[in-house]
Order: sequence, then structure tokens, then C-alpha cells
Amino acid sequence: MKAKAFEAFQSLPMPTRKNENWRFANISSLSLDEYDFTRSEKPTDLQELIEKSDIISQPSGQIIFADNHPVSMEPINDDLKAKGVIWEPLSEALQNHSEILKKYFMSQDPHLGSEKFAALHSSFVSDGYLLYVPKGITIERPFIANHWALSEKTALFPHTLVIAEESSNVTLIDTFNAKSESQKNFICAFNHIFAAANATVTYRSLQNWGTKTLGIHINSIITEKDATVNSLSVNLGCQHLRSENQSVLKGEGSHIEMLSLSVADNDQEIDQRTLQLHQSPHTTSNLLYKNALLKKSKTIFSGLIKVAKEAQKTDAYQTNRNLLLSEEAEANALPGLEIKADDVKCSHGATTGNMDKDQLFYMLARGIKPHKARELLVFGFFEEIILKLSDNELADYMRELIQTKLQSK
Amino acid sequence: MSQLEIKNLNVSIGEKSILNDFSLAVPKGEVHALMGPNGTGKSTLAKALAGHPDYTVNSGEALLDGQSILDLEPDEISRLGLFLAFQYPNEIPGVSIANFIRAAVQARLGEDDDFVATEYYKNLYQQMDLLKIDRTFTSRSVNEGFSGGEKKRCEILQLAMLNPSYAILDETDSGLDIDALKVVAHGVNTLKGENLGILLITHYQRLLDYIIPDKVHVMWDGRIVKSGGKELALELEAKGYDWVKELATANAC
Repeated sequence: MKAKAFEAFQSLPMPTRKNENWRFANISSLSLDEYDFTRSEKPTDLQELIEKSDIISQPSGQIIFADNHPVSMEPINDDLKAKGVIWEPLSEALQNHSEILKKYFMSQDPHLGSEKFAALHSSFVSDGYLLYVPKGITIERPFIANHWALSEKTALFPHTLVIAEESSNVTLIDTFNAKSESQKNFICAFNHIFAAANATVTYRSLQNWGTKTLGIHINSIITEKDATVNSLSVNLGCQHLRSENQSVLKGEGSHIEMLSLSVADNDQEIDQRTLQLHQSPHTTSNLLYKNALLKKSKTIFSGLIKVAKEAQKTDAYQTNRNLLLSEEAEANALPGLEIKADDVKCSHGATTGNMDKDQLFYMLARGIKPHKARELLVFGFFEEIILKLSDNELADYMRELIQTKLQSK
Repeated sequence: MSQLEIKNLNVSIGEKSILNDFSLAVPKGEVHALMGPNGTGKSTLAKALAGHPDYTVNSGEALLDGQSILDLEPDEISRLGLFLAFQYPNEIPGVSIANFIRAAVQARLGEDDDFVATEYYKNLYQQMDLLKIDRTFTSRSVNEGFSGGEKKRCEILQLAMLNPSYAILDETDSGLDIDALKVVAHGVNTLKGENLGILLITHYQRLLDYIIPDKVHVMWDGRIVKSGGKELALELEAKGYDWVKELATANAC
């Protein structure tokens, strides 16, 4: 299977800017020549990294990956095991639950331009994990997977596969970190979520790879009837990040929330492509992407709401807000609608603005130093999203990550 | 000299000259009222002293306890001890009152001082109680969705928390009903004392029923045309601002 996928990777063309899905993108940095695709030895001496992965108290399960290897595993308790919950690295799941993988692994086709990278991912994926929640099971505490890049120039292929069966409820968190701040890696990560009828999945992705990294993160969600998926992705790391988030509302009455917050600094490029695909009636989706841009950074937000003819009574919202903190930063917004049904509520909007000078003066007039005032205003800008997290521990961790990024340099 | 001293200040916005040889001294421990009709430059004075970038100081001096503040940045002026209560306080979505005031308090700490959160909150709650501000306000975004009265009380709360040497209250009474006015006045009366000089900018005599000034100054066309005791405010109320205009004309002759 892997060999076939590699063939597909080789035969598929590299993206060009003529392709609508890659408009404005920096194609030249997609060159993969300098990265190491060989599978490294399993790393040792991981105490520090394990400590740094301790973000959430009492997770239902935790897996830590380092350079594609699972290096630490907090298994689920016997109760969950008895109920049929599966929480395993892919390498184990392939042996124990091949029928699930056969059905679901890479079964959501990319719609936003990354066919070639899907093929590459399929041919190189060595690890990742499977979370399977059977019918009717509600799991209170979140699952967490920490993906670490340790060695310079290593190529990583994190994979997240979540299957939430009918009327189940589960939360999981992926964190993506590099050992050193300015590390260079190639990342090709895929995340697929399946929410069966009436299931609820909450997904948080915190991406903080090294600042010289090329990252490709493809997230894909499918909801069946009356299912709900709440997703949030935080993007701080990478030199060049390609982030694709596609939501397919397949079942009637299902709902998907897509939130994102990003801080782009220096000459960072964050390229975000989103799709809200409404296939059935009474489906709702709500997207809010907020970007703060510093120095010479660049963001591209290209979002599409697509409503099929059958999908009457759809509510779909898409908002992109960009806060420019420098004259040289560049925010591109390409919102789009493609509606074939006639009884829908859809709206999209994008705003790009500078920091409010009156707000800034008000803060300075209280003696707050300029850099701190700007930092508070950026936090204020993001708080709308952070307040939506019901998990205070995670909200605080997120604020800390953002603060570290704003204070570095 | 323990006073806020303004000497022959000339300020313009763009090409338009607003303050013309404005002079005033507010000694520490005193309350001075600055009155005058709209458009005479009262708020311009407040903003210019606070270092607002839209106001150009063409000449003159402004000294805080003898130290010139005209070349300082707004945050430096504030930390040096001049507080401005805004006429129209800005809304800052996503930044809570507690974090906002905390940042202002922390900005005043020396390198070796530690910020003690428990003390900070104790002080904050005490001041909020005094100003009849509900404690749940600490987690609300700064001024967002506040009523006029809530905004003004929040300004006085900041004044109380930051312990300045001098405070300029720019039309703090505007938009307040009588109950809110009493609460604000009570707050200011509690704070006034030998370590604080206060300049009350107001349009109406009403506020001065509750905060008794040591001196009253009447402003017209960018400068003070008459100064006197608290009775001047009553006289002004009785005679109206046309009287001021006559005074100004008489002075000029």
C-alpha cells in the first residue's frame, strides 16, 4: 500500500500558483530535497520532553511521539477498555484493529489541493494514533497526543484518526512542538475525524513547530446526522505553514465549529484554506479565523462555503479577522460562497485592520509600556476564541504559548 | 515645587491653534475646577498634558513637581504621576478590568519589587466596593458594554489604584445621573488629600456641589480669563457663558 502511495506521490504534480487552491502561496519553499525521510532510531533521554508534555491533568490517555516514534504511553483505564474504547499508536492498531484502519485510514479525500501531500503522507506515515469511541460512551477527560520533532531536518508524518460512534462524546488534544525554537523540519500531518450520528467530538490542535519548519497540516471532519464537532487550531510555529481544514456536513442536522488563531512573526507565512461543505439539510457550520501579524509576516485565508442543492435550511458562517501589527505585514483574505440550495442563511466576512490607536493611547495613558500594551491588545483580540474553551487548563496553556511567542526576540 | 504647573502653553491640532498662552498651577493637595463652554480647549489641555500624539505643543512649559513632561511619552508621563480620567473612555474588547489595571500597577513596580496578587486583589475589591462597582466587573472587558456611569466609575477606580500625584478629570460628570454623580464624587472626595492635586474639568456647576474646589478657573478661547474661589462657579452659573465672553473681550482691551 505504501509503495503504491509513493508512486502516486511521484506521479502527482507539485502545486502551482495557477491552481486556485494555491493562489498567493509561496510554492518555492515547498521543496523537500533537504529533509531526511529515513526513519531514525527510537530516541532516548526523553525526560525533559515528557515533562514538557504535561499540560492536562488526568487525561483519559496520553501518547508522546518523538521523531515519528511513540515514546511514552499513558494507556486508558480498564473501565474504558472494557467498554471497547481503543487508544493505540497506529503501529499497534494495524495489528489489533486492521478492520477499522482499512475502513477509515485516509478515507477522507483532500478537497483543498493537497492530493500530492496525502499520497506522500500515506507512503511515509509510520506513526500516529487511533482513538475509537464506541456507541453511547461519554468520556469526560480529554485525550492528548504530543508530537515532538527532535532532530534537525527530520521529516515527520503525524497522523490522528478519531472515530466517534453514535451518541458518543470525546475530547482530544494534539500538540506539535520542536525541541529547539529555530528548528528546521518537514511536517506532513493528517487528522481525520469521523463523528457518527449524534456524536460530539471536541478537537484542539496546538501547532508550535520550529521557526524554520515547513509544515503541512491537513484536517478533515465528517459529521453524520445530528453530530457535532468543535475544532480549534492554534498556529504559532513554522516558517511556512500550509493549513487545510475541511468540514463535510454529511448528515442532516449536524454542526461543525471551526476556530483558529494564529500569530505570524518575522517572515513567516501562514497559508490557510478552509471548506465548509454542506451536503444535507439543517446543517450548521461556524468558522472564525483570527490572525495577528507581526514584522514581515504573511497570511492567506481562503475559505469556501459550499452548499449542495439538497442542503436546505443550512446556516453557514465564515469570518476571518486579521490584526496587522506592522506596516510590512501582509494579510490576504479570499472568502467564497458556492450555494446551490435556495433556502439557506450564509454569510462571510473578512476584515483586516491595524491596532486601534485610541485604545493604544488609553493603555499608555495608564502607564502601561508600549510593548505590553500591544501584547494586551493582541490577547484581547484572541480572547473571543480562547473564552470558548471550557477547559481552563488548556486556555491558560494557550495564553502562555502566545505570550512566549509575543515576547520572544 | 509640589505642583502641576503650566506656563504659556500653546497647542494646536493640525493647523488649528487651540491653547493660547495657557497658564495654570495646581498645587498638590488642592482641587481646582476648570470651567468653560464647549470648544474653548479644556479637553485639549487634558490630552496634550497626557502626551496624546495628535496634539502639537508649539511652545510653553508643563512641569510636574518641577519636571518637564512635554517631551515624554504618554506612558512615561503617567508613571511619573499624572493621571487623566478620560471624557470618553475607550472600550478594549477581550482585556479584563483586572488584567488591565494589573498591567498598569505592574508597570510601576521597580526591578526588585514583586507583584503580590493577593494584595492587589484585596486593594482592588476595596476600591470597587467604595465606588459601588460590582465585583464581577473584574472579569469584564474594559468599558465594553458599560453604561456611561459605569465607565466613569471605572475611571475613578483606576485613579484609586494607581496613586498618582496629580489627576485631571475630564468631564467626569457628563452623562451621569444624580446617583452616579454622587458615587463618583464620593470616590473623588475619598481620594483627595495632601498627596493629590486634582484638576476638575467640567461644563456645569453641578459637580462642584459635591466636590468642593479650592479654586475655580474660567476658560475662553484657549486661555484662562478669570480665576477665583468656589463662589465663582455659582456666579458663572447665574450669569452664563456670555458673561465670560464679555470678560474675555474686556481682558483683551
